[in-house]
Amino acid sequence: MRTIPRETVVDAVAALCVDANRFLPADVLASFARAQAAETLPAAREIFSQLTQNAALAAETGLPLCQDCGLGVFFVEVGEDVRLADGSLREAINAGMVKGYREGFLRKSTCDPFSRKNVGDNSPAVVHFDLVPGDTLKICMMAKGGGSENMSRVTMLAPAQGWKGIRECVIRRVAESGSNPCPPVLVGVGIGGNFELAAINSKKALLRAVDDVHPDPEVAAMEADLFASINRLGIGPMGLGGRTTCLGVKVRVAPCHLASLPLAINIQCHSARHKEVTL
Amino acid sequence: MAEYHLTTPLRDAEVEMLRAGDVALLTGVIYTGRDAAHKRLVEALDAGRELPFPPKGAVIYYVGPSPARPGYPIGAAGPTTSYRMDSYAPRLLAEGVKGMIGKGMRAPEVKAAMIARKAVYFGATGGAGALLGLRIKEARIVAYEDLGPEAVRELVVVAFPVLVINDCLGGDLYATPDLEAALG
Repeated sequence: MRTIPRETVVDAVAALCVDANRFLPADVLASFARAQAAETLPAAREIFSQLTQNAALAAETGLPLCQDCGLGVFFVEVGEDVRLADGSLREAINAGMVKGYREGFLRKSTCDPFSRKNVGDNSPAVVHFDLVPGDTLKICMMAKGGGSENMSRVTMLAPAQGWKGIRECVIRRVAESGSNPCPPVLVGVGIGGNFELAAINSKKALLRAVDDVHPDPEVAAMEADLFASINRLGIGPMGLGGRTTCLGVKVRVAPCHLASLPLAINIQCHSARHKEVTL
Repeated sequence: MAEYHLTTPLRDAEVEMLRAGDVALLTGVIYTGRDAAHKRLVEALDAGRELPFPPKGAVIYYVGPSPARPGYPIGAAGPTTSYRMDSYAPRLLAEGVKGMIGKGMRAPEVKAAMIARKAVYFGATGGAGALLGLRIKEARIVAYEDLGPEAVRELVVVAFPVLVINDCLGGDLYATPDLEAALG
């Protein structure tokens, strides 16, 4: 059994939070350049030019990319042969997140759901653990803002609705979201599993790189169809019209109950901030 | 589509010349306010109290900035989604507020109130928080400090880039999604 000091986790998580909020992943930036080249509308081109400038300014000044630094969402793969030297792993991740949001001058956005009083330190971190073979700890941090998260939905379809029903639901959800979630968006789709697994899978799918092609050709075909179809909506960057309503669609499929066809759609704004570390 | 340099507070004549699709560069004082602050602003009006800023010609920016780093007046400061302020906006427009800055679609009641009160809805680029924050030269809290990022701040902006989404004649810049083409 390998042990990892608590401080190693705290410091690594703090750095993930700061870096994720400050540096846009290279694949996302590259997708802006591709999309900008495809746009003919001046307003759409201007938006991509501002987003590219914004990424450069954030990297240069240390300001976060977006004022909404999100809830800290963590997907953690815990090796069965690794443990924290002292204390709980969940607590260490939360402490790292609090440290990162404080030291990185990141906005703290958690509040009481009724009084709306701000908690003040962005805690608690939203943490999803998976137990995996091995003796390493892989932590993926996602800074998930409220504007795009609010446009996300979980829905339980009837099995007879099949792919046609899934396709229509996803396209309609993006259409109804319109300009609200900061398009161009990335669309994470969780198909199958059950109510909560579909939701987790729809968000986990968004950890893949924008230009990543799904290894299963059938799923890759679904992603390509949804990507092309959503872009025919014509919502465009920031809702101003144009060819780029979405930058990518990522699907994750799981077996489900014979009575169910769970579907979750997680909308991610263009500022697709995530970063991972393996300890 | 025209480009205008506007100085706040906005006057009726300026609002009347703006059309959906025009670019505007705002200079002067604007006020921040989002969900929790709007609730309190409207509660203040309901209780017969004054607003914590002069509403005539005011521009309200829907933003909850990130904390200022040393050497900067404010952190990242891009717009938040506007529909959450829809239930409060007509009341503030009735007090003389002339401009709102946010992102995303507005409710029919807000668009109607903009026509009735001669006001304008500007869009700023969502997610361009660093770029927009750097156009803000001064920031100070004027009310509701306990709300943290949601407190009402007075911002001094220079050439703050916005786009007219809804004008006071009912013009709307947002594209209507083409569901038929997508579902095809």
